Amino acid sequence: MLFTDLFAGLGMNHSFAWFLSQFLSILIFDVVLLVMIAYLLLADRKIWAAVQMRRGPNVVGPFGLLQTFADLTKFLLKEVIIPAGSNKVVFMLAPLVTVVLAFAGWAVVPLDKNWVIADINVGILYLFAMSSLGVYGIIMAGWASNSKYPFLSALRAAAQMVSYEVSIGFVIITVLLFAGSLNLSKIVEAQAGASLLSWNVFSILFPMLPIFFVSALAETNRPPFDLVEAESELVAGFFVEYSSTPFLLFFLGEYLSIVLMCAMCSILFLGGWLPPANIAPFTWIPGIIWFLLKICFFFFMFAMVKAMVPRYRYDQLMRLGWKVFLPTSLLWVVLTAGWVLFVRPHL
Amino acid sequence: MFEAIAFYFFSAILIASAVMVIAARNPVHSVLFLILAFFNAAGLFVLLGAEFLAMILVVVYVGAVAVLFLFVVMMLDIDFAELKRGSLQYLPFGALIGLILVAELVMAGSAWVLKPAARSAMASATPAGVTNTEALGRILYTDYIYYFQIAGLVLLVAMIGAIVLTLRSRPGVRRQVISVQNARTAAMAVDMHDLKPGEGA
Repeated sequence: MLFTDLFAGLGMNHSFAWFLSQFLSILIFDVVLLVMIAYLLLADRKIWAAVQMRRGPNVVGPFGLLQTFADLTKFLLKEVIIPAGSNKVVFMLAPLVTVVLAFAGWAVVPLDKNWVIADINVGILYLFAMSSLGVYGIIMAGWASNSKYPFLSALRAAAQMVSYEVSIGFVIITVLLFAGSLNLSKIVEAQAGASLLSWNVFSILFPMLPIFFVSALAETNRPPFDLVEAESELVAGFFVEYSSTPFLLFFLGEYLSIVLMCAMCSILFLGGWLPPANIAPFTWIPGIIWFLLKICFFFFMFAMVKAMVPRYRYDQLMRLGWKVFLPTSLLWVVLTAGWVLFVRPHL
Repeated sequence: MFEAIAFYFFSAILIASAVMVIAARNPVHSVLFLILAFFNAAGLFVLLGAEFLAMILVVVYVGAVAVLFLFVVMMLDIDFAELKRGSLQYLPFGALIGLILVAELVMAGSAWVLKPAARSAMASATPAGVTNTEALGRILYTDYIYYFQIAGLVLLVAMIGAIVLTLRSRPGVRRQVISVQNARTAAMAVDMHDLKPGEGA
């Protein structure tokens, strides 16, 4: 889309130019995303260290800025160990599934007005589908390792993710009822107004943001819901048997989906690329900067939760999902539908 | 051209993985192939322009149903190769059912050739002017609302039935009551005793 005209100008067939330009924009997007992940990872460790009054990584490069790249090299250069008793094909497929699904979700995220790789009608459903498929990487890894701790972790992952997906689904329904569209760009545009008061978080949907945020924590296996990789019980959970690059892929997939969830939070509730007020100094700043700032805000929250909240027990996790979030979000679907149909036309 | 390539790509993988679902020795591999088949079916839906159905297929079947399949199958410890040994004797019966299914599919698919009136009833994936999410919503919630609600009720009854059938209430099990735990204060939990030396509590 961005480069279609450029390539078409070089005398290419239109559909081929489109194909090439899509390929190029995906490539650029992914590289930028990976560099962003590298620094968010560093930020995560720095925030965590600051809460615990440590310095965090500060040796490699100025202020430890190159730490992630050093880690990357380490992961890439180590030996890949595949356990003899494992199911080898599924074992190697699992990290690929995780990372490919985590990347795939980003295809529909609008970075700015008309800045999106695939502007599809059912964008939000696509995102939901991709994030709910993330569990397959974990289940496959746990099963294929043919080892006890990963297997227990896979069982936990299956139960945990299915329970939190339900409430995420209902939260998404409230937002799309409110916006009247499943297209992510239209959901953002529906929140446009004079100031930040028109964002979804300041509307009747306000209790849905905490529910979505906590469910996102559970969906991405972040602490306090990291029972899938609880080191005090399951060593490292589903990736006990993984080393080197496959491990790196799991790690990358996890952070990609965390940042994707942050992006989803800001699109659904904080107005995506919209500035906080529609007046001069704010509108000078491009929308993508606002979007990145919002993503960073949510990532900071994710990091703080990781640093401060103790891990949930498994039955508490299930109770929270099924007995608290599910009824609340279901009730809010009904309330929002009523609001949209009966109250909003009279405002 | 891209569309044709995509169609044959999805269809070929769909058929191959569907065959592998029944041919794979390992039941977990069968489920993984089933997931691949669902994915490709979703791809075909997208090519038809029915993007809502494609996403719902992925969310419901791949995201939830197949996870539970995998959950169950992973924990089974059955020698499936042993089970499959006698399966050849059911081949004629299976082939018969397959033939009937194929015949019905052909009849349903070619109905608009045999009966031209049926052609106008053929719905396109995206009616003019509305997204197919909206079109499906209109059909389900206006034209067929009662059938839709009845289907929902049947599912609800089935769900409650399954829970009632499998619910065991064991007496004497210690259960956690969160409200009681939260209501506990130091005065309720701690009992102070002034013990003399040499006496027990």
